[in-house]
Amino acid sequence: MAIERQQVEQLAHLARIALDESTLSRTTRSLADVLALIDQLQAVDTTGIEPMAHPLDAVQRLRADIVTEPDQRDVLQAIAPAVQDGLFLVPKVIE
Amino acid sequence: MSWETVIGLEIHVQLATKTKIFSGSSTAFGAEPNTQACAIDLALPGILPVLNAEAVRMALMFGLAIDAEIPKRSVFERKNYFYPDLPKGYQTTQLAEPIVGAGHVDVDLADGSTKRIRIHHAHLEEDAGKSLHEDYAGQSGIDLNRAGTPLIEIVTEPDMRSAEEAVAFAKKLHGIVTTLGICDGEMAQGSMRFDVNISVRKKGAELGTRTETKNLNSFRFMEEAIKLEVERQIDVIEDGGRVIQETRLYNGDTKTARSMRSKEEANDYRYFPCPDLLPVVIEDSYIAELKATLPELPDAKQKRFVVQYGLSAYDASILSADRVMSAYFEEVVTASGDAKLAANWVIGDLSAALNRSSLELGQSPVSSVQLGDMIARIKDGTISGKIAKQVFELMWTEGGTADEIIEKQGLKQVSDSGAIEKIVDDIIAASPQQVENYRGATEDKRPKMLGFFVGQIMKASQGKANPQQVNEILLKKLEG
Repeated sequence: MAIERQQVEQLAHLARIALDESTLSRTTRSLADVLALIDQLQAVDTTGIEPMAHPLDAVQRLRADIVTEPDQRDVLQAIAPAVQDGLFLVPKVIE
Repeated sequence: MSWETVIGLEIHVQLATKTKIFSGSSTAFGAEPNTQACAIDLALPGILPVLNAEAVRMALMFGLAIDAEIPKRSVFERKNYFYPDLPKGYQTTQLAEPIVGAGHVDVDLADGSTKRIRIHHAHLEEDAGKSLHEDYAGQSGIDLNRAGTPLIEIVTEPDMRSAEEAVAFAKKLHGIVTTLGICDGEMAQGSMRFDVNISVRKKGAELGTRTETKNLNSFRFMEEAIKLEVERQIDVIEDGGRVIQETRLYNGDTKTARSMRSKEEANDYRYFPCPDLLPVVIEDSYIAELKATLPELPDAKQKRFVVQYGLSAYDASILSADRVMSAYFEEVVTASGDAKLAANWVIGDLSAALNRSSLELGQSPVSSVQLGDMIARIKDGTISGKIAKQVFELMWTEGGTADEIIEKQGLKQVSDSGAIEKIVDDIIAASPQQVENYRGATEDKRPKMLGFFVGQIMKASQGKANPQQVNEILLKKLEG
């Protein structure tokens, strides 16, 4: 499986990562290497083996439906760049 | 040229848990912004989600109620996209292995037929926060109280063929989740939100290109939005154009819809299994345990109402539609001792009064016991059905029990035959011409002429004379 430079640009855009010219070429090569490794893995015969959703052979533990988190808005908003009326302010987004 | 509409729905149902799906923050509605958003909901570094057992239970209850396959194992995945009300940069949801598999819901349609709508699957996921775009001087305000609220997203097959079918299905679903108690059903607060996939085609042709109208939060908006979109698509095609696959937004105030700005890139959410959450395994014993706790669902309730109370299938379907309605009705039956009258009053006068005041049944100023006690007074002859409407109005506007109102307003039906006789005599004495006409008329004309006397007598008694007794005494006097 190969990866094109254009696909890396697209992925970078989706991940909101800015890649300059030299990083873009380097990243394309690195990803191509990773994909080559995956090709090797995919060549292994996995007949009869269940796909793994998680490396730990355990199941999810559940918590009881009880409120345990108090209101800590003041503490949590102390690290926010901008707040007003209890809201976090962010650059305007319109759908 | 006949067009066929094809509709599939995706429904987001907020689960009525006390806390969020992955954190111990409260989910109570209406709190001050960001006072119910903890470090986990805010996606601060180092956090670990832990799944809420109650959210799992509620999702499974839904699965059991729609007779769905419940897979042994389900897996959470990350759906990656950027938006400020989604602090993690991904929504934790399910894709390949949802908690509830294929099931079905049977819907009663207006023409008396029943249609089966297939459910493709239902999965657990977290809600996002809310963005407020006004009033912040060129910035957007973000409230993350809703972030992490547990949802099930229910996905149907494209089995509906009209706005009416879609709305009937939506109402049925609303009845199921409220009866199960897994959702409060408050649509105005966003507790149930509908995304509608719509396409049109010539009868028998292959599926047309569909559009998705998102986030409809009332049955009325849903019906309007579907009708509008179907018309638009047919116009586009008949004018020689092509329907473009897009997401649309419906504005219930202006009754218009618009295309959401098309995304620059195709949706690519790069789903992958969430490494923070292990697979959820559902034991058979747990399913058996939950099955035993399933409440009586709307379908079963409707059948019981027909058998137990002798109601028509139609009346029974209205009264069994949701938990608030069915509980209210059965309380009225208990208090009044008359199911048929109870059904008539709940479906008739009460529903009309609620509609006029734009109230939900849960907000009714007249309680089930108040209404039931009043109906009991109709049944035992204390008041007539006509006077009852007056009592009901007073109960609605001023409160109080039926007995208090009847007493205070002097509305008690006169069943004292002496008193009624006196009024009858007065009316007969005052109407010699009508009496002569009546006595001279043939049998078949008489019943109609009797109406004049009854009207005068009821008027003289201010509506309080027992109508049955009036008829008996009047006939005796006129013919005797």
